[in-house]
Amino acid sequence: MKKMMGLINLDHEYHVFNELTYFRNSASIPFGGRYRMIDFTLSNMVNSNINEVAIFARNKYRSLLDHLGTGENWDLDRRNGGLFILPPDWNDPSDRSQGDLRFFHNNRDYFHRSQSEYVLISGSQFVSNSDYKDAFTYHLEQEADITLISTNVKELFPEHYPYFRIEADENGWVTEITNDQTNAELFTGVYIINKNLLMRLVDECIAYHKDNFFICGVKDKLADLKVQRFEHTGYSAFINSIESYFRQNMNLLDADSYHDLFLSNHFIRTKISSNPPVKYRKGSEVKHSLLANGCVVDGRVEESILFRDVSIQTGATVKNSIIMQRCTIEEGVHLENVILDKDVHVTKGQKIIGSKEKPYVVAKRQVI
Amino acid sequence: MKECVGMLLAGGEGKRLGELTHHLAKPAVPFGGKYRIIDFTLSNCTNSGISTLGVLTQYSPLELNKHIGNGKPWDMDKQSGVTVLSPYTAKTGGDWYSGTADAIYQNMHFINQFNPEYVLVISGDHIYQMDYQKMLEQHKETNADATISVIEVPWDDASRFGILNASDNLRIFEFEEKPKNPQSNLASMGIYIFTWNKLKAYLLEDAQNKASSHDFGKDIIPAMLDDTQRLFAYRFHGYWKDVGTIQSYWEANMDLLDENLGLISNHKAWRIYTHDSNLPPQYISQTATVNNSLINSGCFIHGTIENSILFENVRVEQTSTVRQSIIHPGVRIGENCRLNRVIIMENTVIPAGTTIEIDEFQEPFVINQETLGGMLTPAGGESK
Repeated sequence: MKKMMGLINLDHEYHVFNELTYFRNSASIPFGGRYRMIDFTLSNMVNSNINEVAIFARNKYRSLLDHLGTGENWDLDRRNGGLFILPPDWNDPSDRSQGDLRFFHNNRDYFHRSQSEYVLISGSQFVSNSDYKDAFTYHLEQEADITLISTNVKELFPEHYPYFRIEADENGWVTEITNDQTNAELFTGVYIINKNLLMRLVDECIAYHKDNFFICGVKDKLADLKVQRFEHTGYSAFINSIESYFRQNMNLLDADSYHDLFLSNHFIRTKISSNPPVKYRKGSEVKHSLLANGCVVDGRVEESILFRDVSIQTGATVKNSIIMQRCTIEEGVHLENVILDKDVHVTKGQKIIGSKEKPYVVAKRQVI
Repeated sequence: MKECVGMLLAGGEGKRLGELTHHLAKPAVPFGGKYRIIDFTLSNCTNSGISTLGVLTQYSPLELNKHIGNGKPWDMDKQSGVTVLSPYTAKTGGDWYSGTADAIYQNMHFINQFNPEYVLVISGDHIYQMDYQKMLEQHKETNADATISVIEVPWDDASRFGILNASDNLRIFEFEEKPKNPQSNLASMGIYIFTWNKLKAYLLEDAQNKASSHDFGKDIIPAMLDDTQRLFAYRFHGYWKDVGTIQSYWEANMDLLDENLGLISNHKAWRIYTHDSNLPPQYISQTATVNNSLINSGCFIHGTIENSILFENVRVEQTSTVRQSIIHPGVRIGENCRLNRVIIMENTVIPAGTTIEIDEFQEPFVINQETLGGMLTPAGGESK
């Protein structure tokens, strides 16, 4: 049976999340009540029979390492294959590579040692619940060199701006990869490539001093390659800014989006913890919200997302906000359009109100 | 060598739990929105540093074995860790475990591997949180041969328990099983620490005794007392409950909602561990009202939940009300239902418009797909 190996390439990802990425890269930003951004692509890979996944992580990866551990929560703690976290440790004096090609060059062993002939490459900012088996079957049927996974967005938002657009002929062969802002068919950053071709393109890119594998190895060589596109349908989100982060989290309060992302193909895996069920105390008032285990609610919560282990005390109101793990909201506090990073403590009677478009963000471990 | 090996008795059928233990050993019965009954004792072991544990199973062990697995959730997937010990046959024949002491007797070779100084014997069907290490310390300080954990029960209830009569320094001189006229209100909690060499001798002797019921409370402890061995009581203060009946199962679950008991703490120092199925956060919709309840991951709530406990993946539709109930995983409750004081078993589908309300003074009703049929006829509840 033909097999794919996985690669999550975090190099060249945008880090415009201000407070949220002071101490972590965007792959480990908490999302959706109990996940990290990387969980979606990682779960999609594992659930598509990929059982070896490498991660190219250049910086701010402490929180990522902590989150992933041995990979056991994704069933990647394996004797063969498993999880390979590959931060930069480059000591080859003859190394001429640049940009993300340095990751490819210095980790050739990962590709050579694997029995898989195909590689699924992805970033962490495209959030979906997809089964890549279908895309893989399609890739094999079409005998393509590369298959790009695209999606048509209903409405274009500012976060879509930097993503490539796909133009293809009636048979799905990609003719152009552009930045045409009127084209709503976006490249998700996820693609399947034949492994031998990948290694060859890497060599070519390095030989010509290139610094971005996808742009120089795939986009610029489109004419020489057989590139297909496979369209992802259903829920998806591109997240690369505070605004898109806030909007897409809130979008999960829509029951259909919630179902699509969490319950459609398979469930999304994340690091588990041993938190007890949510405790709704007498007098608590919770409407239209997502809550993760370990929360204790005495106050009012509306249109909000509470991560694990959050405590909302009596008389506090949390509205249209994202409250991350282990935050404590004391009595009488009022929060509206706010994002609290982990371990924030809001003391008695404080009032913080952001705007719907620009939520107020509080960095990790602050006491207010 | 291990200082102390734990032996957890988990073979009980729990007959009085009726439908709940129809296909399931009592320790495996779901409890507290996320757990199984045995998780409390397993977590006690983890939290008190008992890292070598034998779990004795017998009745309907499939779910229980699956649950324990390699012991990972309790950090017992290590070198010694947890071992499931089921009845077996050998050259000399083989038999079911005929009593609590017999179960340990038949697994003496398991304990001997570790050459322990002490053996902790506990059972998997009680809800309590206890640091066994403190009990072990007392056992060592008093130079005891056996230490039995006791809890003060109301005098009126004392005749329902195994009562220990002890002197002021807690040395036990008498054990009475369900005495008519109790002389003390110190009830045995079925938690024992034995000095292994002593216990070994008594187990060997008891095994030869054809008249014995091979039970710790009925045979081993009385025999040790007859020989004036050093037996001490260890006083436990806190919550302890035997979930032996449907009523007490329901009560113990409801006790979790009582703030003052603080039964499920969420501190890293003392957690209740179990499997976590990695389900998404719970969804509470615009139409939902939730009050004084425990709700687990993956639930989808549109209705009203009051004083109830919901396990994972439960769905409650609009205009339905669930009160004082325990809802096991995967249950679907349709629109316009009224449920009060019921226990709904795994994956049961409650059709829209169902009303099942059990009177305050009646035993809560256990519903599964089979008993549901009976409830929907006019004799039971009403269905629309």
